[in-house]
Amino acid sequence: MAVHYLLGNEAIAHGCREAAVDVACGYPGTPSSEVIDSLRMVPDRAYAAEWSVNEKVAFEEALAASWCGLRSICTMKHVGLNVAADPLMTSAYTGTKGGFVILSADDPYAHSSQNEQDSRCYARFARIPCLDPSTLQEAHDMVRDAFSLSEEFSLPVLFRPTTRICHSKSDVTLGDIRVSDRTALFEKDPRQYVVIPAHTRILHKKLNQKQQNLKKRLVEAGYNRFEIKGKTAVVCGGVAASYVREVIGKDVSLAIIGAYPIDEEWLGSFVRQHERVLVVEELAPVIEDIVLQVQGQARIFGKNSGHVPYEGELSPERVATYLTAAGIPASVHYEKPSEPAALPPRSPILCAGCMHRTTMYALKKVFRDGIFPSDIGCYTLGLQLGVVDTTICMGASITIASGMSLAGEKRDIVCTIGDSTFLHTGIQGLMNAVYNGANITVVILDNRITAMTGHQPNPTTGQTATGVQVPAVSLEAVCRACGATFVETADPNDLVTVTALLKEAKSRPGVKVIIARRACVISERRAKVVRVRFAVNHDLCIGCKACVKFGCPAIELHNGLALITDLCSGCGVCAQICPVGAIGREVKE
Amino acid sequence: MSFDVMIVGVGGQGTILTSNIIGEACVLEGIPVRGAETHGMAQRGGSVESQIRIGQEYGPLIVPGTADLLLSFDLMEAVRAFHWLKKGGKIFTSKDFITPTSVFSQDFPAPDESMLLGMLGLDYVALDTLCIAEQAGSTLTQNVVLLGAASPSLPLSGDSLREAIRKTVPQKTIDMNLKAFEMGREAGSSQISAP
Ligand code: SF4
Ligand code: SF4
Repeated sequence: MAVHYLLGNEAIAHGCREAAVDVACGYPGTPSSEVIDSLRMVPDRAYAAEWSVNEKVAFEEALAASWCGLRSICTMKHVGLNVAADPLMTSAYTGTKGGFVILSADDPYAHSSQNEQDSRCYARFARIPCLDPSTLQEAHDMVRDAFSLSEEFSLPVLFRPTTRICHSKSDVTLGDIRVSDRTALFEKDPRQYVVIPAHTRILHKKLNQKQQNLKKRLVEAGYNRFEIKGKTAVVCGGVAASYVREVIGKDVSLAIIGAYPIDEEWLGSFVRQHERVLVVEELAPVIEDIVLQVQGQARIFGKNSGHVPYEGELSPERVATYLTAAGIPASVHYEKPSEPAALPPRSPILCAGCMHRTTMYALKKVFRDGIFPSDIGCYTLGLQLGVVDTTICMGASITIASGMSLAGEKRDIVCTIGDSTFLHTGIQGLMNAVYNGANITVVILDNRITAMTGHQPNPTTGQTATGVQVPAVSLEAVCRACGATFVETADPNDLVTVTALLKEAKSRPGVKVIIARRACVISERRAKVVRVRFAVNHDLCIGCKACVKFGCPAIELHNGLALITDLCSGCGVCAQICPVGAIGREVKE
Repeated sequence: MSFDVMIVGVGGQGTILTSNIIGEACVLEGIPVRGAETHGMAQRGGSVESQIRIGQEYGPLIVPGTADLLLSFDLMEAVRAFHWLKKGGKIFTSKDFITPTSVFSQDFPAPDESMLLGMLGLDYVALDTLCIAEQAGSTLTQNVVLLGAASPSLPLSGDSLREAIRKTVPQKTIDMNLKAFEMGREAGSSQISAP
């Protein structure tokens, strides 16, 4: 037992090691990525750790490990669970053997996501248990115990931390790391593992029969608990429970839901002893739906009554206002703070020297009237550059492009997709586009890494999650195998070549693929690649702002003239843009 | 009640390292601690914040208008985060700031140093952290300089913070960071006594 100051995801990774996990796979996605990142960095690890190419792959691999009797976890962000939803729904029928945990990290307020979906709804849909921690200590303890819960019921367990668990820090008491003594052995049993109709009908019935015991067990285990104090009460769950505990009045009853499905009888026995009950949970009204079923004479305040929002994240001061609105005492009162000062916004921006900016600059020049479906990655920031017209989910750049082509949109359709996203779910779209005769240009932004989520390696990197050198996948070969005949590769920092290629693609019919390849500047910096910085010769600069409009954060404008700061990473692109040749390599005096 | 510290800056300036040092010092003193951080896309040059609550047992989020202390590695970010501070809360900030690209690309009006300082009220400590960090051995120690300056105002002993620095920063940079901490501590106290 030792106390450490840890990031939520590090505490979760440690919990997995205390449970002697055997297999851990995942696809990076904020806020879930540091779980695998922590596990894969451990030297002499006694378990397998892998970055898979997408969440469905990660899920199925971890499921297979469980079927071989091992303990396994697969990790993803909430929207990744959509990709893995197919095996999720049926794995509830087949059940598991070794403990199997699905970590799906939710992102209320969409800090770093395309939506705010609630993974608890998936657990309800699939009829599997869901654990929803309210603190980091609980997250650590819950994931550690989730494996045995899975084994007890032979069900996958969905573990659902949210951003404020994953990316919070706290003192956490850790236990000892245990090393597994299991060996993989798959025992054939077609009635469990082959879901033909005759088998699956029986499996579905078995799944439904597990539910009652499961509900009771989650109360016994102490995940769902209450304390009765007066005639008013709060029912809450997830990280919102920690906000409630911070601001709740001392004579108010409290029920905390840490696990689903909820035992209705148990919750009813709490709710019906109160006159007013406030339900506090982020996103979907999963707890509230049950509270409303069992409310009896109690008056319920929550999302249905319009007191608590269905979207966004909660906070102590928000919970305090809901308490007041529900006529339930709070222990604190907050003054309204002053308004934030009006300052120039500092939004996230592509790094100085980022290859995406250059590629997108060239795209904008060549396809002035183009439509630009894009995808999910750092390059979504190309929105600021005017070359991101759509993003919806991973891999949907190519399919939105081919769909527009199919619909008969007459303008040039040019989509952008990163290397990792292309391998995740882009390939099928490309194959389909070629097969069905779309007229589109596909630009693969290949920086050889999954950058936005924290620089995880992928099959283009030439290295596995644990640092083993492997041959890098050939994107050119993949694209050609999909049937594309125009497949060209260029270094985007060579503006002349990349522009010529884009023009060539514009002039041709069919599916044209351009692979813009250059390592991410952050990977380069980590690999200690040093480039000479660039500087503006103020005797030559005419103040036309051509370089400033390029948008590199290293270029500023002072007294009407351009100036390059020490953020410059030496890509040299601004020197190619300046019409009067005022920018060149910095010369040290 | 916890002692709540807002640490702000621009992605890449080391707000996370600073909150790690404070968190580690809390563990050394056996005080409960909670923190919240910006990860993911905002780290690409955007405004970032680390919240850290010394002595807190519940959630990681500070309530706007109640923070006890603001630590800022960028003067403009200090102003942006000013509303988090309670009345009479303390401010320790670098006097430098990076001009956001929006000023150049979208022609946002840009405040200068004296305007920004004016927006911080009267009670702040603004340090030339760049210069002090250079003297300590590396501009990368600016965050520890600022932590040193703020350290007498934290409910943690100087020794726990020093020990936390030893445990948190890379082995090779321990001495340099400890020096930066002491220099910051001195610079901070001389500014407070002679405004
Ligand atoms: S060379 Fe120019 S475009 Fe490239 S990073 Fe430096 S300032 Fe930015
Ligand atoms: S593009 Fe050249 S001339 Fe125009 S502002 Fe930049 S450095 Fe000056």
